[in-house]
Amino acid sequence: MARPCKSNVPDEHGRFGEFGGQYVPETLMGAVSELEQAYKQVCCDQSFWDEFDHLLIEYAGRPSALTVAPRLTDVLGGAQILLKREDLNHTGAHKINNTLGQLLLAKRMGKKRVIAETGAGQHGVATATAAARLGIECEIYMGAEDVRRQKLNVFRMELLGAKCIPVESGQRTLKDAINAAMRDWMATCDETHYVIGSVMGPHPFPVMVRDFQSVIGRELRAQMLERYQSLPDCVVACVGGGSSAAGIFAPLIDDKSVKLVGVEAGGAGVGKGLHAATLSAGRVGVLHGMETYVLQDDDGQTMPVHSVSAGLDYPGVGPEHAYWHSIGRVEYTNVDDDQALKGFTTLCETEGIIPALESAHAVACAMELAPKMTNDQLLVINLSGRGDKDVMEAARVLGREIG
Amino acid sequence: MQKNRLDQNLLQTLDSGRKCLMPYVTAGFPNLDVTAALLDRLDRIGCPAVEIGIPFSDSVADGPVIQDSFNRALDTGFKIHALFDRIAKLRPKLKTALIAMVSMSIVRRIGIEAFMQKSITCGFDAIIVPDVPVDESKIIADASAKQNLRSILMCAPTSSAERQQQIANHANGFVYVIAAKGITGERSAVDNQLPDMIKQLRGWTKTPLIAGFGISSVEHVRNVCKVADGAIVGSAIIRRIREAVDRKCSNDQIVDQIGEYVEELMAGTN
Repeated sequence: MARPCKSNVPDEHGRFGEFGGQYVPETLMGAVSELEQAYKQVCCDQSFWDEFDHLLIEYAGRPSALTVAPRLTDVLGGAQILLKREDLNHTGAHKINNTLGQLLLAKRMGKKRVIAETGAGQHGVATATAAARLGIECEIYMGAEDVRRQKLNVFRMELLGAKCIPVESGQRTLKDAINAAMRDWMATCDETHYVIGSVMGPHPFPVMVRDFQSVIGRELRAQMLERYQSLPDCVVACVGGGSSAAGIFAPLIDDKSVKLVGVEAGGAGVGKGLHAATLSAGRVGVLHGMETYVLQDDDGQTMPVHSVSAGLDYPGVGPEHAYWHSIGRVEYTNVDDDQALKGFTTLCETEGIIPALESAHAVACAMELAPKMTNDQLLVINLSGRGDKDVMEAARVLGREIG
Repeated sequence: MQKNRLDQNLLQTLDSGRKCLMPYVTAGFPNLDVTAALLDRLDRIGCPAVEIGIPFSDSVADGPVIQDSFNRALDTGFKIHALFDRIAKLRPKLKTALIAMVSMSIVRRIGIEAFMQKSITCGFDAIIVPDVPVDESKIIADASAKQNLRSILMCAPTSSAERQQQIANHANGFVYVIAAKGITGERSAVDNQLPDMIKQLRGWTKTPLIAGFGISSVEHVRNVCKVADGAIVGSAIIRRIREAVDRKCSNDQIVDQIGEYVEELMAGTN
């Protein structure tokens, strides 16, 4: 199932329309070009994709189920709802698809060490997992503030043999961890690969991560055709950096009958308070090596962002999403923290599935869309991850005392 | 292209048998008054050019010392238009060339043409956009050339020969030759690849070659100036400013201490 997407973007300069590119210091161009070459090579090497497939099936537990959600469908009335169950993957989210792909590539490139950034810790854990499986040394950069909030994930990474490095600069969160990881890579690229966790950063990261994640959409396509002999009418996915959404959207981009909806984090409410709804409220700018929509002030400084979901808490968005937004192929919207929590509790109660708070944004959006559709229509929610990691935060926000 | 102040200053210094020392200061750290006073002092010491780093919240190329100075400047309310205003006032008094070192995020936000226009109007002579490599630099180069601003390219020890040649072919003002791998910051020794890299670049361009990254002592400056046309000193200066700030030194004291340090470094350029 794993293979590079057939797509007319990016061009040879890593541009998705006007977005993307390689805005990195000359000191990084060597590493970025080396990666570009290496990725180009494996793209036409079937043995790489066979090995990747094998890991995805035997190790990560793919293909992920496409689950009917009858009670949620009944409650909402309207479209029949299906869940693409990325939460059932090893480590509990879609992140493992990307980290296995990148670690396999790192190994082929002869790298002895990988580094990664992580916000809430999901990508850190997924990287540490793949690194342990493939026997590569692993160090994870994490904002000091996130280290404090996510002690369990820090411990998980340590159990998996990785070292977690707290980042004390800036706001001490995800974006600062990205800055620190890029700086490390600049000095160590001879022996180190940087495992970026989303469809962001300089070319070739956005295209490579999209390709590794596109197994989600390709599976969905096959599952739909086999079971319903048709494609879904609508697919809803949450968007932070946007890797799970890119993974499920990319193989459906040319199927114009499928409505694709990306859901950003509205936080305290766009226009009311802090949020992370980059495509809804941001402007085109440059951040972390790419030209894309960003949340910046008039001076070009990054603005503080907020979401109840740590995984969506990012002031930029993958350049391909910016492109899909610009050509109108994907509709981008946002739901706020309260709506996301409602999606979270509703899915728990109706389907017996605790979703990640990130994925709960997609559930919340589907709850608005489904009633406006007819009962012969099919709506797929990309359930990008499970919510076990979020129960403490959910309890806190819902005002319940636990432990 | 008509020679501008940067070209003339570099040429004059090199013609007199000396090498070019280019100190780097972070704009607005600890405040714009100190930045202005430092520019005045560095001008009187005889530096042919000074680099002015424009604070950015998410700089990738800079090491911890410079990033910290950016954060502190932003925390105390640094705004780029205040810098432009201050430079405009100072410019008539200064002989030194002024180089803005600025992230693409900021240039892109202000607008590429508008940024060049503002820069030349207030008195900058060149810009360096460190996160725009030569491959993406055409829009920057075209917009700056229109204003007779130099847009400086950087060349790294990790750049392939092909890239080095491409950088040399597009060079204007000078080539910022990165003397060490990784990010800005002080190092105990200067990379031993530097002489070879300089030699190779000389074959491709007549533009002055100025080395930076990791240079912090008069010995470093002297060693680098044996092969290069000059040296850039950044983190070592910013660290000294930070230490002075943390010791609660007055603005005058900070300027005096940095002035003495740069005078000391100047001895390495003879």
